[in-house]
Amino acid sequence: MTNSSTRSLAVDAHDLVKVFPRGNVRALDGVSLEVEEGTVLGLLGPNGAGKTTVVRILSTILGPDSGRASVLGHDVVKEADTVRHVIGLAGQYAAVDENLTGRENIQMVGRLSHLSRKVSSRRADELLEDFGLTAAGDRVLKTYSGGMRRRLDLAAALVANPPVLFLDEPTTGLDPQSRQSLWAAIEDLVREGTTVLLTTQYLEEADRLARDIVVIDHGRVIAEGTPAQLKADLGTSVVSVTLGDRDAVAHAVELVTPFSEKPPVVEDLVIELTVTDGPRAGAEVLRALDAAQVPIAGLALREPSLDDVFLNLTGHKTTIDGDADDEAATPKRGRGRARKSDVADGKDAA
Amino acid sequence: MTTTTITAPVRLSQPSQGNRLSWAVSDVMTITWRNLLALTRTPEALFFTTLQPIMFVLLFTYVFGGAIHVPGGHYIQFLMPGIFVQTVIFGAMSTAAGLSEDLHKGLIERFRALPMSRAAVLAGRTTSDVVRNVFVVVLITAVGYAVGFRIGTNVAYFICGVLLILLFAYALSWGFAYIGLSAPNAETAQVMVFPLIFPLLFASSAFVPVRTMPGWLQGFAYHQPVTQVVNAARSLMVGGVLHDTGAVEAALLWCAGLLVVLAPVAVRKYRRVA
Repeated sequence: MTNSSTRSLAVDAHDLVKVFPRGNVRALDGVSLEVEEGTVLGLLGPNGAGKTTVVRILSTILGPDSGRASVLGHDVVKEADTVRHVIGLAGQYAAVDENLTGRENIQMVGRLSHLSRKVSSRRADELLEDFGLTAAGDRVLKTYSGGMRRRLDLAAALVANPPVLFLDEPTTGLDPQSRQSLWAAIEDLVREGTTVLLTTQYLEEADRLARDIVVIDHGRVIAEGTPAQLKADLGTSVVSVTLGDRDAVAHAVELVTPFSEKPPVVEDLVIELTVTDGPRAGAEVLRALDAAQVPIAGLALREPSLDDVFLNLTGHKTTIDGDADDEAATPKRGRGRARKSDVADGKDAA
Repeated sequence: MTTTTITAPVRLSQPSQGNRLSWAVSDVMTITWRNLLALTRTPEALFFTTLQPIMFVLLFTYVFGGAIHVPGGHYIQFLMPGIFVQTVIFGAMSTAAGLSEDLHKGLIERFRALPMSRAAVLAGRTTSDVVRNVFVVVLITAVGYAVGFRIGTNVAYFICGVLLILLFAYALSWGFAYIGLSAPNAETAQVMVFPLIFPLLFASSAFVPVRTMPGWLQGFAYHQPVTQVVNAARSLMVGGVLHDTGAVEAALLWCAGLLVVLAPVAVRKYRRVA
């Protein structure tokens, strides 16, 4: 244990390794992470990075091949039953029983969490109310929308008031409105003292909810810190130039590449440069392009987003091998935006 | 969204050793309740799974029955115990399909993160199947009565026969649970069960006397569990010329043997998957 007495850890995982024999996939290759009590940790990474495997180990569903983990001081392998009493799990697959009503689902999880029949019923009423499902409470789950299922899944995970909550991609595939309402619910829980470990592919989600972020890729931790730290560690800001003429793109990239710390990212008519001194680099870029008579339609300077952090760390954007469903929820920016070729273009241009 | 419920956390005390067992029983009951509720939510499935044995009764009684000569000469008396056994075996297929569905819809995963008894998912599934079987057997008895079946012994023996068949179905459903947990999905689980069921059911004494089969088949047909259970059920329900000395003992031994082998195999499989 590395924690001092000044802070207590709700989740403490050390050097977790998990190899799936089928295909000999090294899903986790030495992942360590800590979640302080009462905080939210965002576990970030693309599909297949190992996020779900971490959650399954921490929630006692899966045993690690090596390494150890504890929840509120209880070992997830040796004291699995105790751990199960203090955690709630809700996930991307919304593990609910389609043949039962919303109320019955919550009651079932309550009974299986060893609450009395009376308490389970009372909690079902309260949670249905909290999650705006009272009217739908006596309807069979088959009739629920995706957002309603996800809310019910979260409600069921909360039935025994677990002090530690694991949320595995809680909003993947949800429409923006449902996502907002789930975020608000999670924020409420945290305000009341619940510790949350949340996996997500959405940087916006991590930025909004998480106090700390751990980025994993290929089963390894590749970065950790607060969102602000991660952005600051990048030590850079972004100059974004929009050109007025498609034919000028290749020439412009050639001209501005010397100003960028990294190969520029080119998306259609937009060139993004990673720079250390934003205002000065902006002015220089402008001068260079103007001198070469490259038509400029726009120039912007912005602080790095978590997207930039992620791109910098992994060499690819989070959404690249993500599910297609989140794309539908995001309004298309720019025209003919070729998302999947972002990185390739940038590299080619360099 | 309000947070009223979250302000007053219910802190759970650790279950003592003493009530660990009572919670395990409670878990099995909860899963059983949930399975039975699910059954009532798809009345179509329930209707058609009960319709099938009724059609078998009518088919064998009025179509095939005339061509089959049985001891005592009353085919319906010979047939009904076989139909009971056939019904519960077919019903056990739903054990395989139901478990497979729970597994692949992520429900078992959720169960595994709950402080519930590990064995409750399987025990609850097999228990709810017993309840369903009782319902179906009562119904089939009524249909049997309508087409001329009569208890040849007495009601107490008849009930013993029913209990024996339920025990056999219970033992088998652990085997089907294993298949359900091994199948890639619920549909495949159903299909995987058929090649097992067919030889056991039709190369048995369920519908025709074993002595009418070719010699090479008789050895298998007579000694396999379905025949023993059907013969035991005939002895208990009809008796008379259909009484088979030793069949009840043999059937009970089969049930115990199957249960002892299949239950641990299914539990082991359950621990491995998910």
